[in-house]
Amino acid sequence: MTEACCHGITDEKYQKLDEVINQYKGKPGGLIPVLHQAQLIFGYLPKEVQIKVAEGLDIPLSEVYGVVTFYTFFSQKPRGKHTIGVCLGTACYVKGAAEIVEALENSLGIKVGDTTDNGEFSLMVTRCIGACGLAPVLTVGEDVYGRLSPDKIPEIIKHYEKM
Amino acid sequence: MNLYRAHVLICGGAGCLSSGCKAVLDKFNTELKAHNLQDEINVVETGCIGTCDLGPVMVVYPEGIFYQKVAPEDVTEIIEEHLIKGRYVTRLLYERPASGEQIPFYNEINFFRKQQRIALRNVGLINPEVIEEYIAQDGYLALGKVLSTYTPEQVIQVLKDSGLRGRGGAGFPTGLKWEFTKNAPGDQKYVICNADEGDPGAFMDRSVLEGDPHSVIEAMTIAGYAVGANQGYIYVRAEYPLAVQRLEDAIKKAHEFGMLGENIFGTGFSFDLEIRVGAGAFVCGEETALLASIEGKRGEPRPKPPFPASQGLWGKPTLINNVETFANIPVIINRGADWFKQIGTEKSKGTKVFALAGKVNNTGLVEVPMGTTLREVIFELGGGIPNHKRFKAAQTGGPSGGCLTEKDLDQPMDYESLVAAGSMMGSGGLIVMDEDNCMVDVARFFLEFTQDESCGKCTPCRVGTKRMLEILTKITQGKGEEKDLELLEELATSIKATALCGLGQSAPNPVLSTIRNFRDEYLAHIREKRCPAKVCRALLQYSISSELCKGCGLCARNCPENAISGEPKKPYTIDQEKCIKCGNCLDKCPFNAITLK
Ligand SMILES: Cc1cc2nc3c(=O)[nH]c(=O)nc-3n(C[C@H](O)[C@H](O)[C@H](O)COP(=O)(O)O)c2cc1C
Ligand code: FES
Repeated sequence: MTEACCHGITDEKYQKLDEVINQYKGKPGGLIPVLHQAQLIFGYLPKEVQIKVAEGLDIPLSEVYGVVTFYTFFSQKPRGKHTIGVCLGTACYVKGAAEIVEALENSLGIKVGDTTDNGEFSLMVTRCIGACGLAPVLTVGEDVYGRLSPDKIPEIIKHYEKM
Repeated sequence: MNLYRAHVLICGGAGCLSSGCKAVLDKFNTELKAHNLQDEINVVETGCIGTCDLGPVMVVYPEGIFYQKVAPEDVTEIIEEHLIKGRYVTRLLYERPASGEQIPFYNEINFFRKQQRIALRNVGLINPEVIEEYIAQDGYLALGKVLSTYTPEQVIQVLKDSGLRGRGGAGFPTGLKWEFTKNAPGDQKYVICNADEGDPGAFMDRSVLEGDPHSVIEAMTIAGYAVGANQGYIYVRAEYPLAVQRLEDAIKKAHEFGMLGENIFGTGFSFDLEIRVGAGAFVCGEETALLASIEGKRGEPRPKPPFPASQGLWGKPTLINNVETFANIPVIINRGADWFKQIGTEKSKGTKVFALAGKVNNTGLVEVPMGTTLREVIFELGGGIPNHKRFKAAQTGGPSGGCLTEKDLDQPMDYESLVAAGSMMGSGGLIVMDEDNCMVDVARFFLEFTQDESCGKCTPCRVGTKRMLEILTKITQGKGEEKDLELLEELATSIKATALCGLGQSAPNPVLSTIRNFRDEYLAHIREKRCPAKVCRALLQYSISSELCKGCGLCARNCPENAISGEPKKPYTIDQEKCIKCGNCLDKCPFNAITLK
């Protein structure tokens, strides 16, 4: 899965990455913004991309890897077409977020952190997304669903399956 | 600007967005055009109005009528009845939870009436994307005043006199922090806004950033002038993309208006701002970890001193304040320290914004004077506990704090009294729990959180919290022993004393506080292997009542472990050995024949 580098389509992505790197090159503290952009371009941060960033910014690869693995926002694994993030913040937890996670795991047949075999869904848990007033909440990509109960899960999944 | 006869403020805060306010807004705009009212009635998308669970909400002025749970289908009626004929749409009015009495006016609803909005003064009132609306509310007036008539020392004196303390957690006097930074030697200094808002269950900073970004920009520029910095950074968590977008937009507009950048207001003072987006690490809210993160490194904290005021970003003197702290500052400059200082308690001046969530009727954002009691916040503003359940505890200070109980309800809340009650102010997250929440499980939840977020640099936090979590997990699984409580307390005390940063030092707090307040509940888990709140799965038993069971077999068909058996039309039974306590059967049973003990 990590051999994303050498197919024609991704050349364009690397070109974009080069532009981002040039923009931050020599600027102090540029690594994290570059990684954010890189993840937007590639969807995740495979080793090849990390090497490219390290060379481009003239930073040891070990440091890039150290930063990528420190922050949960950065992923070294490709994600599914839709990423479902269940909030496990306090407000959501006391209102039954654990049951939502369980309902999702049952419906999708995967555990938290995994992606379905057909590449449609990835299941993640997130910390508070700031919609605590509607707890428990989950996100699918940019969409937010609040006031959840386990029985609402199948309907949400169905909605994205068709997309 | 056009003169409108009515203004419709539609909340575009995070809560209302997920309840579908965009569709309501679009419908409003098209319908107003269809009725040819677009020049008479002004529709504004605002930041969070505060009552998240009632969304989408809107307020119609000049009368100040509050409508809740508005759907696109309601829009035509609001326009034709209210805006054309002047008759309120009663079915969309707010109802008092206890009595069901309808309250049409925004400022007569307890949730709003009891608030005093300083930090949130513009949130929910102006369109955050229009700088002119901020300026119309005295925006950038304080900056102009400071740059043209105050010396840096005078600015700092006002803050010192006001008694303002940091709203990010520790409550350090803001004026003093500014003074330290100003007096630190060095020609390059920085101002940083901590918008990491790591406390899960808190969203007040988010609402300020999204609902009134210019107030933070204005205050940071004032700070730059006072401490002698020309560059600022706003560190925003990655989970808040809308806040980032609003800030970027606001910074651009402030530049265009000459309120940011070179030679502000022609006074010769220059200040610029950059946004840095976090990447999902709770510890980065801690100021030294935050500095490391802006420098592009792993967000690991370092020992203090040296404090950031003397050695901060890239080793230079750096002022770090929280979003809400900054949001207070323009008002303090405009209205004076004497005005600010009358609000609040002796040692805690001004107001505090709380993010009210959990088991409470009106979830949302409230800003109240320091010294307001927990009872007022939960029962008057918050409208009490839903479903006639009993109040059990409220967590303040997030994973670093502790819980308040029945006995604390009438304590005035300020920095000191919350510490005395075994908790802390924290950033303002206030999570209400009822009788259905298990305090042992809640303590385990917080420990799991801090354990997961521990950066691993120091041993007490990395290993110590892990051991504590193991013990707590054991207790929730019914394998606890009585000596575990002592062990937990011992571990807690040594972790508090030896961890490197605030994360580790405060991680044991929720455990200590729940043991102190709910020892019986711990003991029930340990001695009787019983979870009184019926949360800890391993301690529960599902059973089928032979009287109520009609033998439909639905439970057996839905049991993932085939633990339920029986013959059609006769009572079924559950094999306790096989049961994994998933609760499917209870959810599915149409006759309420399955009980949980
Ligand atoms: C583990 C940990 C997490 C923190 N998270 C935040 C945060 O999310 N936001 C914040 O403003 N302060 C946070 N703080 C407090 C900051 O270190 C710092 O005290 C604060 O930003 C100072 O601003 P103030 O004086 O305006 O409160 C955190 C502290 C610790 C120990
Ligand atoms: S705790 Fe889930 S959104 Fe805040």
